[in-house]
Amino acid sequence: MKIHEYQAKEILRKYNVPVPRGEVAFTVDEAVAGAKKLGGNVWVVKAQIHAGGRGKGGGVKVAKSIDEVKQYAKQILGMQLITHQTGPEGRLVKRLLIEEGANIERELYVGITLDRAKSMNVVMVSTEGGMEIEKVAEEHPEKIVKEHISPTIGFQSYQARKLAFALGLTGDAFKNGVKFLLALYKAYEATDSSLFEINPLVVTKEGNVIALDAKVNFDDNALYRHPEYAALRDLDEEEPLEIEASKSNLNYVKLDGNVGCMVNGAGLAMGTMDIIKLAGGEPANFLDVGGGANAQTVESGFKIILADKNVKAILINIFGGIVRCDRVANGVVEAAKKVQVKIPIVVRLAGTNADLAGDILKNSGLKFLVAENLKDAAEKVTSALAA
Amino acid sequence: MSVLVNKKTRLVVQGITGSEGTFHTSQMLAYGTNVVAGVTPGKGGTSYKGNEKDQFQRAVSVFNTVADAVKEEGADTSIIFVPAAFAADAIMEAADAGIKLVICITEGIPVKDMVPVYEYIKQKGSRLIGPNCPGIITPGECKIGIMPGFIHKPGRVGLVSRSGTLTYEAVWQLTERGIGQSTCIGIGGDPIIGTRFIDAVKLFNEDPKTDAIIMIGEIGGSAEEEAAEYIKKNVKKPVVGFIAGRTAPPGRRMGHAGAIISGGKGTAAEKMKTMQECGIIVCESPALLGETMKNALEKKYKATSSTKKSTKKKTVKAKKSSVKKKKK
Repeated sequence: MKIHEYQAKEILRKYNVPVPRGEVAFTVDEAVAGAKKLGGNVWVVKAQIHAGGRGKGGGVKVAKSIDEVKQYAKQILGMQLITHQTGPEGRLVKRLLIEEGANIERELYVGITLDRAKSMNVVMVSTEGGMEIEKVAEEHPEKIVKEHISPTIGFQSYQARKLAFALGLTGDAFKNGVKFLLALYKAYEATDSSLFEINPLVVTKEGNVIALDAKVNFDDNALYRHPEYAALRDLDEEEPLEIEASKSNLNYVKLDGNVGCMVNGAGLAMGTMDIIKLAGGEPANFLDVGGGANAQTVESGFKIILADKNVKAILINIFGGIVRCDRVANGVVEAAKKVQVKIPIVVRLAGTNADLAGDILKNSGLKFLVAENLKDAAEKVTSALAA
Repeated sequence: MSVLVNKKTRLVVQGITGSEGTFHTSQMLAYGTNVVAGVTPGKGGTSYKGNEKDQFQRAVSVFNTVADAVKEEGADTSIIFVPAAFAADAIMEAADAGIKLVICITEGIPVKDMVPVYEYIKQKGSRLIGPNCPGIITPGECKIGIMPGFIHKPGRVGLVSRSGTLTYEAVWQLTERGIGQSTCIGIGGDPIIGTRFIDAVKLFNEDPKTDAIIMIGEIGGSAEEEAAEYIKKNVKKPVVGFIAGRTAPPGRRMGHAGAIISGGKGTAAEKMKTMQECGIIVCESPALLGETMKNALEKKYKATSSTKKSTKKKTVKAKKSSVKKKKK
């Protein structure tokens, strides 16, 4: 689960990770009040959306007076902020973070995540702060220094020192850097996170080490033990259809294509999307109805797929193992009658009681395109789109 | 005829009295799996025959701990059906009790819990399959998992996959064409799993009764590439592969916790390319897995029979006919 920068920084602060002082603002007035509360003579006005690259898109401005804070807050609040991570339509900015300015000397990078290849957490640092780390990894892999964390001994001081030296820190900045890294790792573990990214991590002229930006992603599977973090979910940042689907316990991801699909199992669902593409269509969604596909889940699935106006055909692909195909077929028929689907539906049911299911579909009086196997399903999708 | 599990496997079910545990134990017993014990803390000393909905063919002794199940019934393999919050603990309990093969079906275990488990299992010399997986089956002998048994058929193709239903799909395509399977391993869709592609491929490569391998991967991570490099260097048996998620958008989790393209890494295109370069026959569509394997096997058997001397020819032919016989 993703959260906003200001929320991430509040959490880091609790774990003694130095972050700039800041105030969240939902209105221009709140932004001005926040800046006044912070004091000083330089403020940073930052758009809060769940996407990176905000600065380049015009979502981050440095203000030298309260008037400028007001002016930038007006400008950014309500804008459709477009970054390389938002897609061409951009994201509506509804929240701002007003922060005190920092006396920046160097911009660095630090990230913590799971290294899947080693099944261990890894702390990564780079002197190339402020840049996209993926680009650094590609062009200058030698500029990323990593320390893997043994689950038996945890993140040790010598490792933090190694990383701080690699960043070229000296004197007070070195001491502060080591402290920063140790505190950051503690926060990562304690919050059950799946990704921490501090980009940039700045060294100030005074030798302080501060998280100027903060990206925190939580491990969804661990949210049950952190209800306070689950409450930080911002529905404005999510696709409305996906919110709707999650209410019905459906695993749905909206895409831009023209063929909707409903499948049981994540792997088969991805495979089915690939088949749609090979058949000349574009998948409109990922939808895994899970192990217990019944009339109700199929009906909610239909409703969500059909709410997407780009959908020109639907492919239902169920492999009945524990799920019985005849039950799914009944569900499909019932739901199709209820929802009154007007576009072609290709149905492919295999496995337990597939024959019975075929009869149910054929005798339903509805015009399903019943496919014998996956290949046949792909061909039927192609012809449905051509019609 | 198989890897890891067979008729002799002595299985203990952790979480046997829960609803999932009960249902799947009844299914495993019906398949002929040698379920020797169950574990539910607090219910030790009882005998369990299922619930109203799912009756067992025979009663299974329940123990408080896995250690007791090992001591009393000689359990050597365990399957775990306990909820996510307790699953990591269950895996460690099994390894500590000396269980050499632990299969964890549970989905949704936090990564933070799995990191130390991975380390611990290695230390103990146990093998973990999963979590978040359908399990393992040696057709005709032993089913340890939640897969539908009837779609399988004993034979000589080894199958390894990160997905559940997509595996069933591939198995079904094989069975429909008369091609049986030696063992099918669902390794699971999580970012941390005990047995990876490379481990499963090694086992199949060393198994004299496995003639060919199907490997079904998906987006996220680099385990497919790791296995592909191994295959290039060490595997002479034909390997057919598929990667699900070519149409998946970057940065989005596609159902499985591990199915995500992050930082532009772990795309299907990248994986397919590496696999192809390493000599794996990569299918464009999952609909072609069965057909592709059929062709690969025909080519293999033809090649062996034409290059080997006539005495060997007979054994190859005999192998082929034994596969055919089992079709019934």
